[in-house]
Amino acid sequence: MTQFVFDPTKVMDIDFTKRTEYLEGLEAIKAAHKVLKEITFTPSLPDKGYNNRSLYVNVGTLEVKEKPVTQQMKDVFIGGRGFGLWHLWNAVKPTTRWNDPENEIIISPGPVAGITQYAGTGKSLVVSLSPQTDIPIDSNVGGYFGPLLKFSGFDALEIQGKSECDVIVFIDGQKGIIRIEEAPQDPVDSHVLAEVLTHMYAENQADMVNISVVCTGAAAEHSLVGMLNFSWWDLRRGCIRLKQAGRGGIGTVFRNKKIRAIVCRGPQVKGDLNHVADFETIAKTGIKYHKEIRTNDPYQCMMRRNGTAHIVEIMDAYDLLPTHNFQYGSHPDTHKIDSAYWQSRCTQKTVDGCWYGCSMACAKGADGLVVKTGPYKGHTVTVDGPEYENAAGLGSNCGVFDPDYLLELNFYCDTYGICTITYGTLCAFVMECYQRGILNKERTGGLDMTWGNAEDDLEMMHQMARGEGFGVIAGQGVKKMKELFIKNGWGDPQLINDIGMENKGLEYSQYLSKESLAQQGGYALTNKGPQHDEAWLIFMDMVNKQLPTFEAKAEALYYFPLFRTWFGLNGFCKLPWNDVVPSNNAQQPEAHKIPEHVQNYVDIFSATTGIKIDKDELIHQSAKVYNFQRVFNIRMGKGLRKDDHAPFRSLGPVTSEEYLSRQERYDKQIAEEMKLDPTAMTLEEKMAAHRSWRQGRYEQLTDAVYKRRGWTPNGVPTLERLKELGLDVFPEVVDVVKLHL
Amino acid sequence: MRQLRIDLSKCDAGRATCQHECESSCAEKVFKLTDPAMAALHVRELADGSGQAVLCDQCGDCVVVCPTEALKRNKLGVVVIDKKVCVGCYMCMGFCEKEIFERNPEWTEPYKCISCGICVKACPHAALEIVDVPEPAYRIL
Repeated sequence: MTQFVFDPTKVMDIDFTKRTEYLEGLEAIKAAHKVLKEITFTPSLPDKGYNNRSLYVNVGTLEVKEKPVTQQMKDVFIGGRGFGLWHLWNAVKPTTRWNDPENEIIISPGPVAGITQYAGTGKSLVVSLSPQTDIPIDSNVGGYFGPLLKFSGFDALEIQGKSECDVIVFIDGQKGIIRIEEAPQDPVDSHVLAEVLTHMYAENQADMVNISVVCTGAAAEHSLVGMLNFSWWDLRRGCIRLKQAGRGGIGTVFRNKKIRAIVCRGPQVKGDLNHVADFETIAKTGIKYHKEIRTNDPYQCMMRRNGTAHIVEIMDAYDLLPTHNFQYGSHPDTHKIDSAYWQSRCTQKTVDGCWYGCSMACAKGADGLVVKTGPYKGHTVTVDGPEYENAAGLGSNCGVFDPDYLLELNFYCDTYGICTITYGTLCAFVMECYQRGILNKERTGGLDMTWGNAEDDLEMMHQMARGEGFGVIAGQGVKKMKELFIKNGWGDPQLINDIGMENKGLEYSQYLSKESLAQQGGYALTNKGPQHDEAWLIFMDMVNKQLPTFEAKAEALYYFPLFRTWFGLNGFCKLPWNDVVPSNNAQQPEAHKIPEHVQNYVDIFSATTGIKIDKDELIHQSAKVYNFQRVFNIRMGKGLRKDDHAPFRSLGPVTSEEYLSRQERYDKQIAEEMKLDPTAMTLEEKMAAHRSWRQGRYEQLTDAVYKRRGWTPNGVPTLERLKELGLDVFPEVVDVVKLHL
Repeated sequence: MRQLRIDLSKCDAGRATCQHECESSCAEKVFKLTDPAMAALHVRELADGSGQAVLCDQCGDCVVVCPTEALKRNKLGVVVIDKKVCVGCYMCMGFCEKEIFERNPEWTEPYKCISCGICVKACPHAALEIVDVPEPAYRIL
């Protein structure tokens, strides 16, 4: 397979400054706002990455207070996801569920977040109890909110309580004001609301870049799969852009608390608002990395041209692109949604990047889309991306290969506040149930959910946003749909459980893991549920054969989830780590870890905080938080071996069609791996043999991974492991574990 | 647009008969810095004895990558930095193929040649000149 060469003459000529505006009613919307609570505070800038205080806001009681960030918090939890988990641990009880007032949404950017010299350093980490999984979910999101919050004076924002009316929380880091405002007439959907609020809270045109809005959309009120959008002002386009804290339904929690939006107005960003310990090291490391992007990206992933969608055709070529609910790994129509198309469709003649200094600039925008359905029919909009996950999830996994419909699905997911990954997987499940007669038009209320029917796919999404019809059922997610379909007697329970691609209640993200045992673990042996944020091992395992033994796979499933957790503690994006690599990377020891980039991260952390670390200490930092999160899951009633089981569709072929479509591969495995004679077996016998072999391997992998992680065979961190990590200083953590030893 | 050019057949590059007057004048008069190494242009003697110049040709690549529009062309077509809106991300430095940007430990914002011509006047060999040339086409980077 050859990589596409970027051809600037093929880029569509679309005016990227033109789109439908929504500012007409702004004054009336603003006039309807009523201040419920206002307090003043002293804005501050971080010292070596920390302000050493966080902000607590209770939207129910209207309590607003500052809390100290203690040395212990910094030592054990670092920041970002770590701070989120710590605050959540202290806020909830084992009986707390997502819609209880004590559940929190915590947004924390991490100590490094906000530096402007290195790519991917503007991330916010959002933590809450998930409506889908009933355990903590964490989501890593771009946009300007996290850095602006920190430059206003807070290392984290804790939101608790439930309001009785729709509210906006406004943090003004320039004037030192925090307000809770009743917002009765504000628009609901994100692309309108974020635009209106950016204009409302900015004091002039130059102030627009200092505003970031966190909001969701109509679907978050009627589903469990709501996500949060984080905005930034795109100077050249003259519009707001959105990045998503997608997974796990945090948008649903947000609307359950009746929060319409959280708005931060930070100070004007400059090059060292983080007041780092060693600016020179960060400057030099950043410039070195920018040069690497300039030199290597055009010949490697072309992230600046395609964003993450560059891998669509690669996944298809390796039979890994999820197609028709993860049944297959490729499709003849993939070329219609491949990177050659997206680099011509996305605007190339402008600057992308969801935080300053991101030379990787993967936040591509497809401008000038005229919407064909729903409440914004006829409007001209800018769509973020699509990213790979959206192209695969909303596209191939549902059989949608019309790029305009794919963009429209992406647009509505974003503005309605629906996680695109989750929607792709749940819609694919609905479509397969429709294919197999588990669903029919009567059960879907008239929706024809055949593969590739984008119009009815969109109608299901509009129903989700309106709170009507089958869309409400779909919006409960795959786990609850499975339970409902089985309860209604609509199909064979085993088949429904096998093809429903969820684990712990969270939908799988968009990679076919059947032929990569390590990735099967990478999905299901995770803290928050199956996503590719912890480990993406398909290429190492399946293509490059670098993980031949259970021990090697277990080592990868020890190291990578910890390494990647670290991004979320500090406010980093994962992509600049390995979506471009140094020219000599392949010649380095442990090339798969990208050692030069690991050293960059070690240097940047040390230079920001003044705390010297090395690559081993980096992993140790993560291990504390990762194991704490595992114990948190156990405390909430999950987090044990039973919760790490994977649906069979993720492990192997469920149906005869799947088997027969790749018969040569599967027969060969029967002969070579199972030492049986496939010619002497019926199809049913061969499928049964695969099920037994694949489930057996998965259990063996689970044993090996738990052992490597320092957990019992039931998946519980041992007391020795907690002691090694210094988590034994928290008696309540030890108490949770003791109940399961 | 105004562009600084050098005739390397005239430039001594500090080998015998010049004291890097171009760099000194740039550093002192334009940027108020005492160290000539901090100038926004450089002439160097290479190991083989020949001369080399590092000059901004105002190509505008840095304008393309700047996220804050701090880098813009002025009325004369010269690329200038608005320090008030620069966030010190250094993408301009990373993407400049000629590596003409400078920074110093005192400022977070980088700086560059503004084709002011002070170095032209300072050069004892009249090796430098300011010329007026068409702006190059926008490049997608």
